[in-house]
Amino acid sequence: MTEFTHPTSRVVAVVLMCIVLGACASKGTVVLLPEKDGRPTAVTLKQGDQEIVLDQPYAAAKATLIGPRAFSSSPQEVESKFGSALAAQPSRPSVFTLYFVEGKDEFTAESQLIVDTILSEVARRPVPDVLVVGHTDAVGSDQFNDALGLQRAEAVRAALIRLGVPAGDIQAISRGKRALAVPTAAGVAEPRNRRVEILVR
Amino acid sequence: MSRSLMRDVLGAVVLAALCAATPANGTEIGQIKVAKGEVTLEREGQTLPGRVGTRLQASDKVKTGADGSVGITMDDDSLLSAGPNSVLSLDRYAFDPTTNQGRFDSTLNKGTLAVISGRIAKQAPDAMTVRTPAAVLGVRGTEFVVSVDD
Repeated sequence: MTEFTHPTSRVVAVVLMCIVLGACASKGTVVLLPEKDGRPTAVTLKQGDQEIVLDQPYAAAKATLIGPRAFSSSPQEVESKFGSALAAQPSRPSVFTLYFVEGKDEFTAESQLIVDTILSEVARRPVPDVLVVGHTDAVGSDQFNDALGLQRAEAVRAALIRLGVPAGDIQAISRGKRALAVPTAAGVAEPRNRRVEILVR
Repeated sequence: MSRSLMRDVLGAVVLAALCAATPANGTEIGQIKVAKGEVTLEREGQTLPGRVGTRLQASDKVKTGADGSVGITMDDDSLLSAGPNSVLSLDRYAFDPTTNQGRFDSTLNKGTLAVISGRIAKQAPDAMTVRTPAAVLGVRGTEFVVSVDD
């Protein structure tokens, strides 16, 4: 290996071997996974001032001695390297929606039935926490709707506590009219927007 | 007012708003939902056991042993899970659940990590980063895996 005796040549040789073999330890590798519903997705890897954008499932990039490099991974490779991490992924939140009578914090009759399903989901999870998110329709100001959304969320929280879910595990918040389920113009009364989402996580 | 001064003032206002949304020290930002094998937590210089149900705070460092893995659900529904021999730092976290605005920066110091991003990144993709010792990852979708070799 006389040709690699100069320190610089040696570094170059190591770098070249790394590139050829693709096997060097990297201080930062990312693999993009597909979205559950097949929607477009992307992730970026930035090393110094160089950036690589990955937008195909199993496209990958890593930081190397000579800057970021893109490569292709595969489901098999991801499973063998990330199997334990993926197996430890918590269950995604289960989402339930309850609907309200206009301008009030009373459930519609159909929504009463969903409550049982929520309780069984809470019972199924090892350490459940419940996020209750109040929404309103577009009638009224932000301030009014933030308060109404919170009233609705608090009403559901109180109901869940009465049904035995520990108070410390339930958080009530309001998104007001910021996340309309059915987009409408300002001032439109829309029953499908007067709702509370319950996330069991 | 000069343009750059205006930008600084605006920057300060945004920062103040984010700080207001930052949970005070000791506030919970997430919870360990899955723990297998050795899982520990470093908080303010102390080492604590990481168990299913343990609530997490900003600046916590979560570590797994050779037989360990851990799954975390953050307040904004981000899901982070790490495989064996991993060190994950929850560097910075701020989240306003009413507006979905916030900031989430974490670092994988070593090991393997699977990420499903949550409401912070959905609201503003640039508001979430995952760092490694050599790279910064930007979230433009929701699911990816990250590794840092020893």
